[in-house]
Amino acid sequence: MNVPSSVATLIVGIAITLISVWVGQNNGLLPTAASVEAAQIDNLFNAMMAIATGLFLLVQGALLYSLFAFRKRKGDETDASPIHGNVPLEIVWTAIPSAIVLWLAIYSFDVYQSVNSGGFMGSDHMAHAQSKVVNVSNQTQLADMGSGMANPIDDSLVINVKGLQYAWLFYYDGTDIVSGDLHVPAGRPVELNINAQDVIHAFWVPEFRLKQDAVPGAETHLAFTPNKTGNYPIICAELCGAYHGAMKTRVIVETPEEYEAWYSSRIVATSDNASDVAEASPHAGHQMASLTLNPDNLKDLQTPSVASQEIQALLSSAEPLTAPNL
Amino acid sequence: MTTAPITESAHHDEVSHGTPWKEYFSFSTDHKVIGIQYLVTSFVFYLIGGVLAELVRTELATPASDFVSREVYNELFTMHATIMIFLWIIPSLTGGFGNFLVPLMIGAKDMAFPKLNAIAFWIIPPTSVLLLLSFFVGPASAGWTSYPPLSLITNKAGEAIWIASIILLGTSSIMAGLNFLVTILKMRIPSMPMNKMPLFCWSMLATSALQLVATPVLTGAMVLLGFDLIIGTAFFNPTGGGDPIVYQHMFWFYSHPAVYIMILPAFGMISEILPVHARKPIFGYQAIAYSSIAISFLGLIVWAHHMFTSGTPDWLRMFFMIATMVIAVPTGIKVFSWVATVWGGKLRLCSAMLFGMAFVSMFVVGGLSGVMVAAVPFDIHVHDTYFIVAHLHYVLFGGSVFGIYSGIYHWFPKMTGRMLNEPLGKLHWALTFVGFNMTFLPMHILGLQGMNRRVAEYDPQFATINMICTIGSYILAVSTVPFIINAIWSWIGGDKASDNPWQALTLEWTTPSPPPHENWEIEPVLVVGPYDYGKNHKMPVNMPPAKAEPVLATGSTTQDEGNPDVANENSEE
Ligand code: HEM
Ligand SMILES: [Cu+2]
Ligand SMILES: [Cu+2]
Repeated sequence: MNVPSSVATLIVGIAITLISVWVGQNNGLLPTAASVEAAQIDNLFNAMMAIATGLFLLVQGALLYSLFAFRKRKGDETDASPIHGNVPLEIVWTAIPSAIVLWLAIYSFDVYQSVNSGGFMGSDHMAHAQSKVVNVSNQTQLADMGSGMANPIDDSLVINVKGLQYAWLFYYDGTDIVSGDLHVPAGRPVELNINAQDVIHAFWVPEFRLKQDAVPGAETHLAFTPNKTGNYPIICAELCGAYHGAMKTRVIVETPEEYEAWYSSRIVATSDNASDVAEASPHAGHQMASLTLNPDNLKDLQTPSVASQEIQALLSSAEPLTAPNL
Repeated sequence: MTTAPITESAHHDEVSHGTPWKEYFSFSTDHKVIGIQYLVTSFVFYLIGGVLAELVRTELATPASDFVSREVYNELFTMHATIMIFLWIIPSLTGGFGNFLVPLMIGAKDMAFPKLNAIAFWIIPPTSVLLLLSFFVGPASAGWTSYPPLSLITNKAGEAIWIASIILLGTSSIMAGLNFLVTILKMRIPSMPMNKMPLFCWSMLATSALQLVATPVLTGAMVLLGFDLIIGTAFFNPTGGGDPIVYQHMFWFYSHPAVYIMILPAFGMISEILPVHARKPIFGYQAIAYSSIAISFLGLIVWAHHMFTSGTPDWLRMFFMIATMVIAVPTGIKVFSWVATVWGGKLRLCSAMLFGMAFVSMFVVGGLSGVMVAAVPFDIHVHDTYFIVAHLHYVLFGGSVFGIYSGIYHWFPKMTGRMLNEPLGKLHWALTFVGFNMTFLPMHILGLQGMNRRVAEYDPQFATINMICTIGSYILAVSTVPFIINAIWSWIGGDKASDNPWQALTLEWTTPSPPPHENWEIEPVLVVGPYDYGKNHKMPVNMPPAKAEPVLATGSTTQDEGNPDVANENSEE
């Protein structure tokens, strides 16, 4: 029963390959994918996972095998054979990782390009349309355009995001809507202009696989297209103080109809009551959130954040102004 | 078995009485004393940092913030990381092993600048006391990265002390780096050209270059941050028109190279330890030596991979992504070379070897996750999550700390003249290996699934995995007990170590254990390469020059055979 070593090597090679490919496809390590971008990033992750599994098995297998096969026998006081190196082998294990890394760089570049198709990530984006083209009072026109502030160039929904200790505020561009959670319709590109009031925060939606720091004194950008309705957490990923772990809200991806309904109700509520407050004082934004936040949502949050507690307090004091629930 | 027969000095017994204990508490300029001072001091801080880590894990055992206050939680993880990095890993690897081993490995009597060496060490104890005293005023709590503006507005007194400590520790590190660079380049015995230098010395060369080039930038960042904090300038403070991102660039320009300062010496030690206990030459000497230099250089141009979500421009993200991935190639070369060194050897599975092989095994995991997070689109998802926590602990604990342990088991006999107890060592190894993986492997999943880092509370869906991590961390805490008992007990009453208990070939094993002051009575001559295992013939004792009493010599095969750079000629099996 002497299996020739080349056959053994072949079998091991095939086994490692099969396991790696399987792990790449079936690792199930990522949460639900709820944006167009997420699918591409998951493919990249799965490909890397397959390669990593292969290399992992190769190295760990060799070490484990050595541990048992090459242990010193009792009484053997001689050395092993003096092999100082092997140039072809060394070339191989330089060339193959180089090729993998090159491929991975190109692949990642490609994914980044398409995820980032609007060029909307980073702070270097210059051509962002900030102008308020649509007047809030012009309800009919809004309805025609399918709700929300439409970017004149494409159909993107533009939302200005502010991070502050310890809450997120979402200002729907071109309207007076300020919300403590992010409502977006499925299937429509969203563009976020992100800013921070006090310290650095980071806007992260694991289900979108996207993250962008919110930096005080600078504007950063994030673009995505949600494609699966549901409620997903928005998590602050950059240490921002004692209650960093509690700085959470959620993004609510709705059908266009549901979004429309929410949007209209907010337009009414905000233009009736509080549109001037936003401009009045630096804390207005904070207060605005309290006015438009849906108290039911707050109860759903698994960890009640300080911000939400604060907002709750404000809510109770400002009860008559509270916007109608969905 | 290839041994380096040693003709010991006639005065052997008188010379190797060891260092009187009082000397360890003095301003000694002996590099061996300083090395051990570094090692013991830093180990104490490892224990302190470890206690902080256990407190952090205890808070995280359950989803709610219910063990310490949220403010204290942030102080705990900030001080944990600061102590582990600046008071444990960097001082023990560079200051500890670097000091003890470099002069011995190159046949020098001491470091190039012994006084500077002592000063570099003696900066550390008062600084660390200062840092610990900040617990009384509320220590820094903005993370070890200390990003403004947060660092400018929380626990200001503690933050000021933190900044002062980092500046002082950085100064100490620069002094040490300068010393290593000059020592390695200038103090080798004449018979040792660069390409016969033990690989540990190559890695220390690469490390010291990084210490010299990168650390001043950290000092600069700290000075500016200190100005912002104390006198209200606005270098980084956006309320005064400063740019907090500039701080991140300056910080990571140092702190990425710093991760290589924390791993290159361990790479070097593993390259020494594996061949000795595998009884086989190191595989690909030159590739390992030059890859250290390559890593050191590349390490200087990848820092912004820590800033992929900071609003870094697209083209910069792509540049830093590609540069970071390129580092995987020289790193991979090392890993494959170590595996090939072990492959086909005659492995002596002592504690040093077990930790050495575990180092390779665990470092690979961290290297693979490193390449993954270098890919920008994926990093945007996992940045600042527990995936990063997992990555950094696989390289820093599975890498650096396993490397330190391996080094301690390997060189303890040389340092103290006593053998460590093997069964206790193996127990230590097994507990560490299990505890480590139990603590950090599940963290990959946490990060991927959506748990951010530096949080005192988390979503209940992560409760089970966090509990596993916390239990793992308790096993890790327990694992240090057999080690501490072993180290103290063996140092006092362990078996006496011979000069060369492992039959190793590098120069430090040609002098008594522990080595006398100034290391050798007569300068040693290199007659056998550092990795020439496998000759398997009894070697005649090298005859000393006629005039002197018996001298020290390292081996007796002819000079050509002992040449690591003929490696490639006899490469076929
Ligand atoms: C193949 C080699 C490696 C690659 C490609 C790599 C890549 C990376 C990248 C891209 C990050 C940033 C991730 C993020 O924050 O989103 C990172 C973080 C980190 N790496 Fe590595 N790494 C490698 C090896 C190492 C080594 C050898 C060490 C130290 C011994 C190390 C220590 C760290 C630490 C401490 C962090 C986290 C810093 C922090 O945010 O607190 N890495 N690594
Ligand atoms: Cu935060
Ligand atoms: Cu780095």
